[in-house]
Amino acid sequence: MNVPLIVFFVLAAMCIIGAVSLILQRHPIHSALSLIVVMIALAGLYLLMGAEFVAAVQIIVYGGAIMVLFVFVIMLLNAGLEERTNVSKLAGIAGVPLAVALTGFLAAAVARSQDTVQAATQTGATAPTKALANLLFQDFVYPFELTSFLILVAILGAIVLAAPRGER
Amino acid sequence: MPILNYLWIIPALPLLGSAINGLFGSKWPNKIVNSVAIGSTGLSFLAALEAVREFTHLAPENIPWVQQYFTWIIAGDFRAGFDLQIDHLTVVMLLVVTGVGWLIHIYSMGYMAHEGGYYRFFSYLNLFMFFMLILVLAANYVLLFVGWEGVGLSSYLLIGFYFLRKSAADAGKKAFIVNRIGDFGFMLGMFLLFKSFGTLDFVPLFAKAAPLPADAMGHLGMFTVACLLLFMGACGKSAQLPLYVWLPDAMEGPTPVSALIHAATMVTAGVYVVARSHILFTHAPTAMFVVAIVGCATAFFAATIGLVQTDIKRVLAYSTVSQLGYMFLACGVGAFSAGIFHLMTHAFFKALLFLAAGSVIHAMGGEQDMTRMGGLSKKIRWTYLTMLTATLAIAGFPPLAGFFSKDSILLSAYQNEHGGRILYAFGLLTALLTSFYMFRLIFLTFHGKPRYDEKKVHVHESPKSMLVPLMILAVLSLVGGWVAAPAFWGGSDYFANFLQPVFWQGGAMNAEAAEAAAHALEIPLAIVAVVSALLGLIVAWWLYLRQPGKPEQLAKSMRGLYNLLLHKYYVDEIYAALIVKPLLWISTDVLWQTVDVRAIDGTVNGVAEGALGMGDNVRHAQSGNTRSYAVWVVIGALVIIAIVFWPYFRATTVGAVR
Amino acid sequence: MVPTHYYLILSAILFGLGVIAFVFKRNIITIFMSIELMLNAVNLAFVAFSQALNKLDGQVFVLFVIVVAAAEAAVGLGIIIMIVRNRQTLNVESVNLLKL
Repeated sequence: MNVPLIVFFVLAAMCIIGAVSLILQRHPIHSALSLIVVMIALAGLYLLMGAEFVAAVQIIVYGGAIMVLFVFVIMLLNAGLEERTNVSKLAGIAGVPLAVALTGFLAAAVARSQDTVQAATQTGATAPTKALANLLFQDFVYPFELTSFLILVAILGAIVLAAPRGER
Repeated sequence: MPILNYLWIIPALPLLGSAINGLFGSKWPNKIVNSVAIGSTGLSFLAALEAVREFTHLAPENIPWVQQYFTWIIAGDFRAGFDLQIDHLTVVMLLVVTGVGWLIHIYSMGYMAHEGGYYRFFSYLNLFMFFMLILVLAANYVLLFVGWEGVGLSSYLLIGFYFLRKSAADAGKKAFIVNRIGDFGFMLGMFLLFKSFGTLDFVPLFAKAAPLPADAMGHLGMFTVACLLLFMGACGKSAQLPLYVWLPDAMEGPTPVSALIHAATMVTAGVYVVARSHILFTHAPTAMFVVAIVGCATAFFAATIGLVQTDIKRVLAYSTVSQLGYMFLACGVGAFSAGIFHLMTHAFFKALLFLAAGSVIHAMGGEQDMTRMGGLSKKIRWTYLTMLTATLAIAGFPPLAGFFSKDSILLSAYQNEHGGRILYAFGLLTALLTSFYMFRLIFLTFHGKPRYDEKKVHVHESPKSMLVPLMILAVLSLVGGWVAAPAFWGGSDYFANFLQPVFWQGGAMNAEAAEAAAHALEIPLAIVAVVSALLGLIVAWWLYLRQPGKPEQLAKSMRGLYNLLLHKYYVDEIYAALIVKPLLWISTDVLWQTVDVRAIDGTVNGVAEGALGMGDNVRHAQSGNTRSYAVWVVIGALVIIAIVFWPYFRATTVGAVR
Repeated sequence: MVPTHYYLILSAILFGLGVIAFVFKRNIITIFMSIELMLNAVNLAFVAFSQALNKLDGQVFVLFVIVVAAAEAAVGLGIIIMIVRNRQTLNVESVNLLKL
């Protein structure tokens, strides 16, 4: 039992509690806040694994922009408590068992592959930000430019979709 | 030798006439139509005469004279060509067909003058001549079969000439269908012959067959089966038992048609085929015996039916069936030349009988029932005289034609080794019946008191165009027999000698061996035949002239037998119940309802309905509900993951290291 | 040290929870959030592998996933706004016009 392992379990517990809370909460704003908790915990896990840049981006972009956008929309639309309709019988009956089966499969697959993936991981990685930047702007420059284009398109789409009627 | 090189002209001329009349005749007046038809047939007759003249100058090794015009079928080793041949047998048939055919064409000029569809009649008649000439001139079985089928077709067209009458249309159909049944046997026979000999051309086939050993009596060897099958076709075409039922109904056609097709030419095609194939038949004694039995039985059977019929043409129809039976009897006992001789004489007097009957009908304004005639002998003198000549000929009175031919048949039958006496007895009995019913016809029609309303029916003699052929045929009936008169009567036995080269390998052997005995038998048998003919005449005279009421009494007292004969032994009804009805039932209920409607349509429609049904059920998956779509996505993901990771699971479980 | 497969099992659990949320919740925005949860789970797996294999490509990919998630969130929320304008409700079962 060493410190990284304990930290891992704590952060993992936070993730899982947050996810379960997302399911069980009835008001969407509570679900959003639970999701933010999950994201912070994940950022911690990334740090634990030594991916500091990714952890930072996670908090800044995911937590600070995307979740803020979600909260924004929830408030804009005045979302209330969730209704209790149940039109789809299929989802009601088969939903949970299937999801559990899915999880089980993946987990089982992972568990059996212990010997093929290296067991130990090192904390304190090898200055990945610089190397990451090199990789991003040299080998992956083309996808990088495409993502900027993607964001442009997304912005345009969002504006067109959300603009009030009559104003184009 | 021009014509012999251009044999195809003989059948081509009537074909040309038929085409011209068929295509253009509807707009032409009667005169042009019949000049085309009669002209083409007449030219064909002249060409035939010329061919015969040239034939007599041929050297013996050129006989049979074969001309190959073009190759029609080539399939592997099999070759069938448009080949025509002439030998002595062909000469006889050729002259009969073209000669009698031409006379009947002339007769039709007057008979059909007031009928609608004049051009159509002559077109069909010429078409028939074409096919019949192909049949007799053919040098192989395939071309013969073309002619065979063609005359069947023409017969159908001509029997159903008055097609607006249902009975006529039905009769045409019946003729064609019953012929087809026989043709089935004929085709099987042809196939068997081809399989055995590799060719269907007469000259090589008979050359191959001649040296082979004959089948034993009672043994179904190849020869026997092939001959029986060919004979089945002959039964259909020549109206023997059991396929004779179409001939009486065929009287629905115009009388010249009955004369030409159902007396002189088409129905003799069967006899011609048997005679042509005599080499095969002499190798199959069983088949010959069957032929003789069927011929004899048919002759007797038809004669009994003819005793009580009241329609003048029906009597003649059954008489034709009966006389054809005689011809087959002759072939069956090996007297092929006698059979062909009877064919020739029969053509003369039967055609004459039919044409004269047509003249009577024409005089009576369309009446065909003999019980409504009577006392016509003074009013239509020439018709009466010619018909009387023909009746004397058919009854077998010497020295007319029928006597010689019938006599030689009965003689050969008597000498046959298998049941000859019985065949002779029935043949003789049939001769008696023939004489009786023919004279019954004469007495009912021409003698006695008129049984019709003399004011309503204006009896008039027929025009010259109808009478002249009658007279020519009467002369032929008188003298036609003299060419074959056996030596002891003073004749030269010309006919049998003429056909000797054709039949020398076959039946004539019987005659050679028994020649001496034959001479001793001929005179007694001839006397017996004449006596029986006289007996028939006397009985008919007594029943119909002396005591006109007697027939009624006899009919009443023997009601059952009388009805049986009057209704032709109910054969048509039996056929309808046994064969036609079940066939129709199978066709309608089984094949149509079950197989076509339920099975085939059901399957095809069923596939469509299945697709519809499946679609109907599957569309519930498109519920529009996002959550169920989401579940389907999860299911899909699950399946893919399972498939991708499955070997991984099995591999690690198999060699798991814990 | 933390074995890699711990991270992977956690990723699988988070993914499963995201699927459950996706199937069960009826509010459109909550369903969207469950999608984000699933994406995060995948990101975790990427980083775990990147660290295990000592290659940085996994982390580059995580960056791209985050960018795409952002774009998707923007457009998706725009669509949600339109749905609410048309249906006046946030219940996903009201979006059922594609029914056959």
